[in-house]
Amino acid sequence: MEWVNVLIQGVLLGGLYALFAAGLSLMFGVMRFVNIAHGDFIVLAAYLMLSFVTFMGWHPALGIVAVVLVMGTIGYLGQRILLNRVLGKDILPPILVTFGLSIILQNGMMEVFSADSRRVSSGALDVASISLPGDLAIGAMPLLMFVVALGVLAGLHVLFFHTALGRLLRATSDDAEMVPLMGGNKAHVFALATMIASGVVAVAGIMLAMKTNFDPSAGPSRLLFAFEAVIIGGLGSLWGTLAGGVVLGVAQVVGAQIDAGFQILAGHLVFLLILVVRPQGLFARMKG
Amino acid sequence: MTPHNAFLEIRNLTAFYGDFQALFGIDLTMDEGDTMAVIGANGAGKSTMLRTLTGLLPSKGQNIRFAGAAIAGQPAHLIHKAGIAMVPEGRRLFPSLTVEENLSIGASGKRKGPWSLAAIYELFPDLHDRRHHGGTALSGGQQQMVAIGRALMSNPRLLLCDEISLGLSPKVIKDIYTAVPLIRARGTSMLVIEQDIAQAMAVATRVICLQEGRVSLSGRPEDLSRAEITRAYFGFEADEPDTNEPAREML
Repeated sequence: MEWVNVLIQGVLLGGLYALFAAGLSLMFGVMRFVNIAHGDFIVLAAYLMLSFVTFMGWHPALGIVAVVLVMGTIGYLGQRILLNRVLGKDILPPILVTFGLSIILQNGMMEVFSADSRRVSSGALDVASISLPGDLAIGAMPLLMFVVALGVLAGLHVLFFHTALGRLLRATSDDAEMVPLMGGNKAHVFALATMIASGVVAVAGIMLAMKTNFDPSAGPSRLLFAFEAVIIGGLGSLWGTLAGGVVLGVAQVVGAQIDAGFQILAGHLVFLLILVVRPQGLFARMKG
Repeated sequence: MTPHNAFLEIRNLTAFYGDFQALFGIDLTMDEGDTMAVIGANGAGKSTMLRTLTGLLPSKGQNIRFAGAAIAGQPAHLIHKAGIAMVPEGRRLFPSLTVEENLSIGASGKRKGPWSLAAIYELFPDLHDRRHHGGTALSGGQQQMVAIGRALMSNPRLLLCDEISLGLSPKVIKDIYTAVPLIRARGTSMLVIEQDIAQAMAVATRVICLQEGRVSLSGRPEDLSRAEITRAYFGFEADEPDTNEPAREML
């Protein structure tokens, strides 16, 4: 029974990792660039949630809406004003610029919020759990996070496959040069993609803030988990990202069960194993 | 002198790829309703001219006027909105979209006009049965039909076609070109780049020939002789004795 419990905890943790990964995957899928500051934006969203709810005393529901709106706006404007200028045939400039952004964000957050570790309390949810037969118990918070992750991925699925904007985003992913010939403003489409990705990043940051302690330097390791989930799941596959998150989550929780210090390393080892055995990922839709 | 209200007016158009100059002062005038064929050997600058016209390749100055407005230097999506759509060389369908999605995305600009999904399926009935297939899972000819339909869905006033017969069998080419008069009948003007001179002559009301980035010949197909076209196309005289016959006889 202990191992069943471990498996369930791993799957639920995978939901959070899928949320970390979805924004990264979306930006890479549409614009073919990796946002090195992705993890730092997750942490920025966590600090925004902390500011609105803990410091300013807003209702959590209002805080969530505000964080999503602020992050979406930052995403749209950041893409339109900054990142669109460095996207081109050369893949290096956007990597360097987002690397720079990562350093700026970490130091900016350190300046404003100090290096202290923080957490947003979710009240009774923190300790609530649901009992299952066989002495199993599922924490309400991890379960909520998993359900939110499923909801976000389902929302993205509907957006991508059942709306005109989704059609345009998929077309951009296929052949961005052709989009202006369809009447699409490429700069605007890219900015919309980043806006949506930033909305997902906002949800991921809120979940991070409510689940665990975070500090200004927590971004890079979140980027690494996101990377691993995307690669394990396969580039360009929305539900593959969930599978990647779950594989990573289960690997980490099983690792922690073997030895507390083995948790993170176990995730990396499984990632490396999948890279060797199936480098295209479990559900690859995209080549190259 | 050309009236200022010409449908499409290109004056002294130049284009560069880095330091390499591809077009050297192209002049062209087109009236609404015309079907203009642009012929020329590989590397003559035909596709470059189209890329410049659609805004994919930047052009400077005010040397392209379309429907009374200067469009040179404008971004491609605004030129598309003004009513110029292109069927690109190699079709460039979106592989992850179905046939119907490929067609629908062409209507993103929301211009009003005679073209709709129903009109495209009427023009190319083969596509209706395959509308839920992946765009690139079709035969070459059907893919070309999707590419033409996708461009028409934006209800363009001017349709640019870049080598629509490339890589297709003679029968399929004939099928595709059957659609040209039907497209013209709905009020869409066309500018067609074609290496198949016979096909170009058959559908065009005007022909221009490019050679090394310059216009080497321009006129109505019935007024041009085979010798003139050969000279304009290749840059040298043909050896055959009977080359003064009208170009239409090349069909």
